[in-house]
Amino acid sequence: MRIAKPTVQPIVKPSMAGSLESNDCLVSLHPLAKEELREGEEVRVEVDSIVQIQFGAQIEATARDVLARFGLTRVLVRIQDKGALDCTLRARLEAAVLRAGGDDHEA
Amino acid sequence: MKRRTMLFVPGNNPGMLISGPVLGADALIFDLEDAVAEAEKDAARLLVRNALKTLECGATERVVRINGVDTPHWRADVAAIVAKEAGAGAGTVLLPKCSTPADVALVAEALSAEEKRAGRADGEVRLLALLESALGIENAFAVATCSPRVSGLFLGAEDLSADLGAQRTLTGEEIAYARGRVVVAAKAARVDAIDTPFTVVDDLENLERDAQLGRRMGFDGKAVISPQHVRIVNRVYSPSDKEIAWAEKIRAAMQRATAEGKGAFSVDGSMVDGPIVKRALRILQTAGRLNQEADGLREE
Repeated sequence: MRIAKPTVQPIVKPSMAGSLESNDCLVSLHPLAKEELREGEEVRVEVDSIVQIQFGAQIEATARDVLARFGLTRVLVRIQDKGALDCTLRARLEAAVLRAGGDDHEA
Repeated sequence: MKRRTMLFVPGNNPGMLISGPVLGADALIFDLEDAVAEAEKDAARLLVRNALKTLECGATERVVRINGVDTPHWRADVAAIVAKEAGAGAGTVLLPKCSTPADVALVAEALSAEEKRAGRADGEVRLLALLESALGIENAFAVATCSPRVSGLFLGAEDLSADLGAQRTLTGEEIAYARGRVVVAAKAARVDAIDTPFTVVDDLENLERDAQLGRRMGFDGKAVISPQHVRIVNRVYSPSDKEIAWAEKIRAAMQRATAEGKGAFSVDGSMVDGPIVKRALRILQTAGRLNQEADGLREE
């Protein structure tokens, strides 16, 4: 699977990927209007994890990394984590991003 | 390569993907086909790609069942599991609903293109052909010999029974011909023959009987759909202590005969010839007791 070269852009539509099963996470993306963002803010990440204290910051960093790789801005990312490994979290974030872009899921 | 047990793992279930490598199967089949809902094909593909990169599988063979060539998904599946982003990637692709050499050729060509793109050697990813239609069974030998990538024939009895209009039974009379045909075609082509899974999860007694039947017929291993089937099928497809002792005796006698310049020899009053020696060496190979160079048996 090849990922398109990042260009800074807002997402087109809300999207979701993953589940609330153990070892998984549910990622949802929501477009934000410019006026909804605080000054200097391009992306907002909200994490709710069963391992929030230990890994909350790392989960947020992974989310920001994936969004930056796609060049996305003006987006709210909500992650409900049930103990997902980093490889799972990245897969769910990428699936949500591709779905939000209006692709046909075969990008 | 040992393929006594090939365990299916749903491609969109992170918990099962993560635990796969510790379940004792010789091969893990990350499933992008039947185990994944149509709306989740994209997410499962990304998850399996990342799992291939991250999971430490050791000697366990990494197989991915892609979607069939009659779907819009298979090409993206191939790209994802061979790509650099998949790390070492898949070692083997299981091609479902494989009915003709043309199906194999299509996927082999796509694999070559993706291997080139990922900087992998051409032909590195092997193919297992999942025969699950009447046409597939009829074409078994042609499929097995149409590409050097094909490393085995894999019988899929559930779809086959539907295609035949047959009723699946615990004893499997309805697939006896297909089993025999797959074994003969695979052996003639010098590739592995993998038996269909036993699909009743809690019926361990009939699972063992079904596995024993497959082994007696000449299959090299069996697909399994539940982790609790792995131990039983591994045992059935492993040589017993008695078989290993017999094979060791044949090997020792063969080495003595070779040193003495004898062509034929006997063990316990029975004449031993080439096929018996070969069977003994295969038992030792499966048991992991073969010195391939010294014993002159190549990896098949």
